[in-house]
Amino acid sequence: MREVRFASGHAYTYGDLIWTAGGRARALPGAHVIRSLADVDALRSQLSHAHRILIVGAGYIGLEAAAVLTKLGKQVTLTEAADRVLSRCAAEPLSRFLEAEHRARGVDLRLSTPDVEAAGFDLVIAGIGIEPNADPLLTAGAEGGDGVLVDDHCRTTLPHVWAAGDCALHRNPFGPDRPIRIESVQNASDMATTIARALTGQPQPYQAMPWFWSNQYDLRLQTVGLSHDHDEVLVRGDPATRKFAVIYRRNGRVIALDCVNNVRDYVQGRALIESGAELAVADLTNPDLPLKSLLES
Amino acid sequence: MPTVTVTTRDGRTKEITAQSGRSLMENLRAGGIEEILALCGGCCSCATCHVYVEDEWLGALPPVSDDEDDLLSTSGARQSNSRLSCQIRITDALDGIAVTVAPED
Repeated sequence: MREVRFASGHAYTYGDLIWTAGGRARALPGAHVIRSLADVDALRSQLSHAHRILIVGAGYIGLEAAAVLTKLGKQVTLTEAADRVLSRCAAEPLSRFLEAEHRARGVDLRLSTPDVEAAGFDLVIAGIGIEPNADPLLTAGAEGGDGVLVDDHCRTTLPHVWAAGDCALHRNPFGPDRPIRIESVQNASDMATTIARALTGQPQPYQAMPWFWSNQYDLRLQTVGLSHDHDEVLVRGDPATRKFAVIYRRNGRVIALDCVNNVRDYVQGRALIESGAELAVADLTNPDLPLKSLLES
Repeated sequence: MPTVTVTTRDGRTKEITAQSGRSLMENLRAGGIEEILALCGGCCSCATCHVYVEDEWLGALPPVSDDEDDLLSTSGARQSNSRLSCQIRITDALDGIAVTVAPED
């Protein structure tokens, strides 16, 4: 029988079940997290009394929180266990650039600092990642592990059970040759569309180009593609101008770009990734050559 | 309060009472136009709030920035009257503006 039973005792039967349970922020005792509107409301309600703020974790959440709180006049300390910011998702040139930007605005950034010492701070925020909410499906026998495994139509291995978003472990056509999870608005939205299409008789496999953005101060970071398993990193343009791109390649092909204050390279880089073309390093790293022109020659 | 007339992808036209000071995108979303995805929340980082603006209103709008221009160029449906609705702030002067939701890319 297709039935979902809740701890409250309620039970629902279904024809198809769409699982979009997302993830839960990893917690630190006494620390705020930034995941839901309620989380942010709770944080905001404490802000007026907080001046010295500790943020644990220099991923996107930590960096964006540092930017917002610094702009609000708070004294922000940002600690990161790894030896650079964004170590899980970006290459070193972008990390170093962002570290300098945050420090220039007064953030006390402490790298290689795995221990949390909250004494002396008025408020602590943890930005140390999420755990996917997939346990009930895994317990029911769905394949997965770090999330629930879905195919290219977002079907889990359980009949009539679909999954989308942060919790969906999938093989991405733009990613590495193994299942991954993607925590992004784009992924959640396009996977949901994939399920809706399949359920309404217009199936179309999930093949959307991944993209992502992060705003910090006056910096607009835009990412296109997936940089997993890159074997080469190129810097296009001079980070000192605060407008540049980091290009990721695998086997000679461009697989992703991180673009800072550089919408044009973000837009034109997408076509570069789609093309799969092998291009000369000298051309890719010459900011005077539009990326678009590299495909025309 | 200004009124915005919006034509959705099914060809239906709806009038929305807009709030001055907020973007056209926010007003369309608040008015129930869910075809306007606005995935990036209005920070000019995607192109999912693309609309066509009725020609007579184009001159009343702020110019297209380089960033908006680059993002619009990603759309296969771009026309001369294409705009990203997150980049248009509604004012009383735009009372009566008419837009059409661009096709999905």
